[in-house]
Amino acid sequence: MKYTKEHEWLRVEGDLVVVGITEHAATQLGDVVFVELPDTDSMVSAGDEVCVIESVKAASDILAPVDGEIVEVNEKLTDNPGLVNEDPTGAAWFFKIKVVDLSVLDEFMDEDEYAELIG
Amino acid sequence: MVPFAGYDMPVQYAAGVMKEHLHTRTAAGLFDVSHMGQVILRPRAGMAALAAAFEAMMPVDVAGLAEGRQRYGLFTSESGGILDDLMFANRGDHLFVVVNAARKGHDIPHMAAHLGAVAEVVPVTDRALLALQGPQAEAVLARLVPETAAMRFMDVGIFGDIWVSRSGYTGEDGFEISLPQARAEAFARELLAMPEVLPIGLGARDSLRLEAGLCLYGHDIDETTSPVEAGLTWAIQKVRRAGGAREGGFPGTTRILRELAEGPERCRVGLRPDGRAPMREGTDLFAPDDTPLGTVTSGGFGPSVEAPVAMGYVPRAFSAPGTALLGEVRGKKLPVTVAALPFHPTTYKR
Repeated sequence: MKYTKEHEWLRVEGDLVVVGITEHAATQLGDVVFVELPDTDSMVSAGDEVCVIESVKAASDILAPVDGEIVEVNEKLTDNPGLVNEDPTGAAWFFKIKVVDLSVLDEFMDEDEYAELIG
Repeated sequence: MVPFAGYDMPVQYAAGVMKEHLHTRTAAGLFDVSHMGQVILRPRAGMAALAAAFEAMMPVDVAGLAEGRQRYGLFTSESGGILDDLMFANRGDHLFVVVNAARKGHDIPHMAAHLGAVAEVVPVTDRALLALQGPQAEAVLARLVPETAAMRFMDVGIFGDIWVSRSGYTGEDGFEISLPQARAEAFARELLAMPEVLPIGLGARDSLRLEAGLCLYGHDIDETTSPVEAGLTWAIQKVRRAGGAREGGFPGTTRILRELAEGPERCRVGLRPDGRAPMREGTDLFAPDDTPLGTVTSGGFGPSVEAPVAMGYVPRAFSAPGTALLGEVRGKKLPVTVAALPFHPTTYKR
């Protein structure tokens, strides 16, 4: 698993990168009540705001971590946004993105580096 | 912690906004509301003169408030806007007033200017204020102050150095408890040690009052909104209305009595987004044909309603429950329906 400074986790699945938010991020957000997912088959660039996630406290964006094509989204989150709090690093993945070259993941933090970031 | 009216306040405690909200609706929640302004109005020459002068500040029946009772009031401006909303209680030989934290600095000089000739305006700065809210509040508080169990909604009582009113701002039965600062922490810890009680932060305080359809000053009501537009006509007793024994005589009489007779141009309404996306404060509202109508003044997710809820102002023609409108969220106009208030039924012990 790789991690971004924006508290997303990235997991490689074949030639796809699965993206979700970390437990730390889910805790900070509080109870999630709404998730807006990107359109599948859309081309995104790293840094694009692709998802909206709203908790009882506020709205936040999820950014595309890398350039690529969104090939699958987790529709379960639309009906059950609370899944983000229950299982942030498992069942509550947000989208799968197809990248040209998986080596782009090398620049992201590993678990130890991320643990250090969140203290 | 977040800054709020000059105080550092917790948005939530360990349980989080959702659990805190639901706990208050099913058991009892304890709120530290010591930031609110407590003021004593001590008459210089009798309560009648004080009541008359206080009535000259707001469209509310003060003289008719019985001893031991509390009432909701609204300071109005000459143009009929709302300067603040407040609670005031008749405690026999004086009035006890609680005003919004963010408006203390306005309200205390405002009262001193209007009441100075008939009353001493004494800010109470050495007392904390706690709110204990929820269906188990009565049983919980009775363990510490047994006399409070017999109180009804909007009764006030003095029990030693503890001042209690049976009121609150969550839509639930409950109490507001004023007590000396030096005793407050121990008292709060005693309440929190009881299994029914959880501490509740600002986040749930906001979602609870929103579900109860209650206004937050500076958001749902301010100097530009009149009490009639805000749907607070229940706070204007008949005696102060046209044909009443003490008709008018408050700031903004012309506008307020006109709006009572003819209806206001715009109204505060409840709003239920059709989808799951919350419509927060500042969301612009449109008619189905895209005509701009107004904005959301409070909005978020209602944990008891299990859906997003909001309040805002729209022209009267669009204010009937069931009216289909649009709210613009992140550039998209989403369907939202006007709904009756409150969103969650109130359970005051009348």
